[in-house]
Amino acid sequence: MEILVCARRVPDTSENEIQLNSAGNDIERDELVYSINEADNYAVEEALQIVARVGGNVTVATVGGEDDEEILRREMAMGANHGVLITDEAFRGSDGRGIASILKAFVQKGHYDLILTGIQAEDGGAQVGGMLAALLDYPFASLVNSIEILDGKKLKVSREIEGGNKEINEIDLPCVLSIQTGINEPRYVGMKGIRQVASLPIPTFGTSELGIPPGAVGEAAAKVKRVDYFVPALGKGAEILQGSREENIDKVLELVIAKGGLK
Amino acid sequence: MEGIESAAQVTLSLAASLATGRVLFLLIHILGVLCFAYIVAKRMVPLLRAERDFRFDHPLIRLGRVLKFWLGQWKHPRYKLAGILHVFIFAGFIVLAIRAFSVLIVGVSENFVMPGLSGRAGPIYDIITDYSATIVFLCMVIAVIRRLVFKPARYAVPARYGKAHTADAIFLLSLIAILMVADSLFAAARAAAQSQPGPSVETLAAFSLPWILQKALLSTALSTLGKLYFGAYLVHELTFYFLLCYRPFGIQFHVETSLFNIYFAKLDREILKPVRWGVNDEHLDQVKSFGVKTFEDFTWKHMLDFYSCADCGRCSDNCPATAVGRPLSPRFITIKARDYSFKRYPILGSTNNGETNNGAALIGSIYSADEIWSCTTCGACEEECPLLIEYIDKIVDLRRGMVDDGNVPQSLQKPLKALESRGNPYGKMEKKKADWANAKEFQQTCPVKTLGKNNSADTLYFVDSITSYDDRMQSIGRATAKILNHVGENFGILGAAERDSGHEVRRFGEETLFMALRDHNVDAIRASGVQRIVTADPHAYNALKHDYKDVPPVEHISQVIAREVKAGKIKFNPIENGNSVYTYHDPCYLGRHNQIYDDPRDVLDAIPGLKRVEMTRSRDRSFCCGGGGLMLFYEPKEDQRMGVQRVQMAAEAGANVIVTACPFCMVNIEDAIKVAGLEGKMTAIDLAELVDQQIARDVPI
Amino acid sequence: MARIFAYIVHKGGVAADSALELAAAARKIDAVASPTAILTGWGADLDAACNTLGASYPEIWKIANEALAYPNAELVRKALLKVLPSDSIVLVAHEHFGIDLAPGLSIKMDSAFVSDVLDIAGVEGAGLKVVRQEFGGQVSAHVRCDISSGAVVTIRPGAFKAVEGAPVSGVVVDKSNDVGGLVSGRRYLETVVAEAGDVDITKYNVLVSIGRGIQEKDNVAIAQELADALGAAVSCSRPVVDAKWMDKSRQVGSSGKTVKPKVYLACGISGSFQHLAGIKGSPFLIAINKNPKAPIFQVADVGIVDDILEFLPELTNKVREMRSVAAK
Repeated sequence: MEILVCARRVPDTSENEIQLNSAGNDIERDELVYSINEADNYAVEEALQIVARVGGNVTVATVGGEDDEEILRREMAMGANHGVLITDEAFRGSDGRGIASILKAFVQKGHYDLILTGIQAEDGGAQVGGMLAALLDYPFASLVNSIEILDGKKLKVSREIEGGNKEINEIDLPCVLSIQTGINEPRYVGMKGIRQVASLPIPTFGTSELGIPPGAVGEAAAKVKRVDYFVPALGKGAEILQGSREENIDKVLELVIAKGGLK
Repeated sequence: MEGIESAAQVTLSLAASLATGRVLFLLIHILGVLCFAYIVAKRMVPLLRAERDFRFDHPLIRLGRVLKFWLGQWKHPRYKLAGILHVFIFAGFIVLAIRAFSVLIVGVSENFVMPGLSGRAGPIYDIITDYSATIVFLCMVIAVIRRLVFKPARYAVPARYGKAHTADAIFLLSLIAILMVADSLFAAARAAAQSQPGPSVETLAAFSLPWILQKALLSTALSTLGKLYFGAYLVHELTFYFLLCYRPFGIQFHVETSLFNIYFAKLDREILKPVRWGVNDEHLDQVKSFGVKTFEDFTWKHMLDFYSCADCGRCSDNCPATAVGRPLSPRFITIKARDYSFKRYPILGSTNNGETNNGAALIGSIYSADEIWSCTTCGACEEECPLLIEYIDKIVDLRRGMVDDGNVPQSLQKPLKALESRGNPYGKMEKKKADWANAKEFQQTCPVKTLGKNNSADTLYFVDSITSYDDRMQSIGRATAKILNHVGENFGILGAAERDSGHEVRRFGEETLFMALRDHNVDAIRASGVQRIVTADPHAYNALKHDYKDVPPVEHISQVIAREVKAGKIKFNPIENGNSVYTYHDPCYLGRHNQIYDDPRDVLDAIPGLKRVEMTRSRDRSFCCGGGGLMLFYEPKEDQRMGVQRVQMAAEAGANVIVTACPFCMVNIEDAIKVAGLEGKMTAIDLAELVDQQIARDVPI
Repeated sequence: MARIFAYIVHKGGVAADSALELAAAARKIDAVASPTAILTGWGADLDAACNTLGASYPEIWKIANEALAYPNAELVRKALLKVLPSDSIVLVAHEHFGIDLAPGLSIKMDSAFVSDVLDIAGVEGAGLKVVRQEFGGQVSAHVRCDISSGAVVTIRPGAFKAVEGAPVSGVVVDKSNDVGGLVSGRRYLETVVAEAGDVDITKYNVLVSIGRGIQEKDNVAIAQELADALGAAVSCSRPVVDAKWMDKSRQVGSSGKTVKPKVYLACGISGSFQHLAGIKGSPFLIAINKNPKAPIFQVADVGIVDDILEFLPELTNKVREMRSVAAK
């Protein structure tokens, strides 16, 4: 099975406070470290496990710049056969639809039975997979948490729906699936593995290779643009309720209902 | 009886009766020796296919260790009864070895006398051997009774590791007992026969086994004695060769291998085994596969370890992982590998069924991943093993193999990734590394320099990740800084330039990441121009001292304090709370791995009014708190936390304050106090914190 | 302004709670617009669900088709494309079905797409300005979306408060005939219900999380009762698991689960960073701890210094009291 995984490099923000830059149009990125988007890593692992079962190749592609090559190498160290960097100045500022269009052009340059994406990026909208499927007219399933190969033509996939329930679907190949975290246990990639793939070539694709007309993607074509970032007002330390126990209970209940709601 | 013959005649007739079996005995000799040689050769096969291991250096030091640990049985008396029994058996065997050979030769050459034992030495030696045989026999009886009646817990085999080894042990003990009886009977029959014509020419040691047997045989007919003499010899010979050839199939192989195992034992225990012997760091990239994945990836010495294990169970008896019900028992790390090796390299039939490739992955077949991750590398097992079997290197090698295959628990992947990208397992920003020292109020009382272009110092305080980032442990950092400040040390920290020491990274098998962390730190330390290093973290201490090269000498803060107390630079205010009873918990990497046992205790004892008690398990038998570094991120299956057992030990000792000298011990022990429900009854404090609290600052120094 | 549609998910003849939230969001985009609800499905359940919306939507479009008996996003998309004007603004709840449907719908409608919207900041000409969260909720962003050729917008459940407006007497318009035969490359087989008792703490909006302060196993029931009353789940910190008072699957933290609730009630939890590492998405954190110096108060939004063993049962009683009043 030929599998394409579309991956992204994102800042790892989990352990550190994110700060805004002085202009307020972006987060302060200087001190951040980047890595592959968590869900995308699960997608690559899933692809590798499928290939280990039924044979084939795994290609990992990312739309981005030179810096993004590092995640391709990481995934190649994991076992992906190929890494592809889709890069062009003209791609800068693309919205979800733009990225999906670029990926569509790339997909049409090859032959893939299965295309996987992570369900969502830290700064993304859970959109590219579904858009890519629609552009390609491939069937699509999101939030996939298990994949079973039925035969060369279809899969049995499970989607994570409310309450931890699973929705089981049969889906024809080729198709696009967006992978939920926790579908597997991704293998560890150490520095040694990355070093061993350091010299492997990573082909790049741009507008000319993909035959994308100028202006079709990128900032000019984007219908959706981020205007600014802002930090929602946050208090410093807890507001310690000083009331009587009864008053505190009323307040807690009020807050629980207001912020989370009763079921 | 046909008339009394002379003693000489009796001797002759006995010799003649033995001579009738000469051909048989010779045959048994040849067969026995051939069998043994064949078996040993077969057992050598895996060792020859194993990885390299450099153990041929320092022959004199190694011989010295043979004298101490093999001949001197150094570790044995750590377990009193079993240890003393073993010392006796061992001594008996050494004595009897010479007799055994001479007896064997007597079978084919009746008048043989061991060179050196003719003349006056002979009878003396005979008396010693008589007693030796008796003592060994008695030891066997006691050992069998222990096995059958008292059943020491450490010999038990948990169900998951298979059947009990009792039957095999008793079988072997009985064979030795039979050997002793046969040997004694041989001597007794001859002496009894000789004594019949008149006063015996041979005197047997009074009250020894041969002596008792002789007394019992005094009135036995000479012809019967002749048969007994012959029979005892035959039994002795058969038992001897059976044992010789049977031992390589089980725990008694250590009789043959222990000498070699101790000779080749690791000399520098604190230094971790390199990924591959003979491959230096620069060339490691060319090594395709790291660590131990299949049996043949073990080094030959590690295989010899497997052969040498006597199944005494002392390792597991002291293993904290075993104690809390983790899926790890060092004893079975060895036993399982040995059984696997015997199966894969059978004595009969072709070696591993004719395959030439390496066998199946060990993880998933004989070992489980959880088993291998369960080890805290505390070193209790190695400290205990009388045969100096190595465990930590094997565990680390197995982990290296798992890391190389990407088989790393999910909970460890995140901190490892953070160590790679941020230099600390928490993923905290580098610029926040010195935050603990930069709080305004603290900087005013105790300025801490961050070394760099504009700041230099004589001494580097290497803080390491947990003390830098963990709110609770930052207090240890501040206490350390205040102590250094008090004694007038010109010191500084690396701040953002300091990465995690990588101590646990290395022990978790991520050698490449460790090397990156180490190289970064070595560069930063050297660039800072300091003359020496101080740390309050024993893990960092161990890394800087043994894992790093080309860095200035390093000291743990407890050593600095002890020295300054002796020099009179640190004086203490007396302890005010008269109800406090202190006990010192030895951190594994300060105590067992670096033998710093006395400095912290000396410091405590220098504090006026401090009542200190020792826990039963202290010093080199200290019980691990639960492990440091990455161990905090790994959740093994266990019945109880190690720390909980440890604080209970402190409570049993009558202490209500546990003093330790390691931030990881502090995490585990403070947590454990709460889990054990001892909150309010027990507290924990770091040595540096206690010293900082008790220092008499108004006393001029 | 283009017409606003709200695609309503329903089950067992009842529209999802998000139906009212979508109506609220629609009104925030255009205060005077009358958003149209669209429901797809088959049989009596569909009719029943349409009828429940009469009070909140003036117009309810119904698409009945046997192929839509179970919602298949691709088929729903095909059906919607047949009936929606091309410049429509379509609102969909950002849950598992919306995630399946919305991105592809926007492609096929050739319209803008913005997902997981928390708030509407306003409309300026053809630009719809919305608020989203990024990086695990640590920062928010204003996003401008060109709606000149329509838009598909997914709305975070719970982000918009259902407004109690004057009831409208909505009419159900049957659009079923506009939709022909539907085929998809994906076929629904079955739903596997999560094992009973197997509580997935990552799925709850409200977590009652307990730490060492719960003191003993029997006291876990105190937290469970509160959780039951609130419709929440009980989670815990590591010591509780270590003590075997709760199953490992309930543990929040770096070595346990990562949860993203909306409200996190930290009861008797000191707040180690290993524990806090498991709390994502900036929930509203209420800490109850008898130790006023517990680090949890540094990160909590609201703190109460009290003994949870006394506080929680009283809180439970209050919730039950309130529920029984509401039921009357």
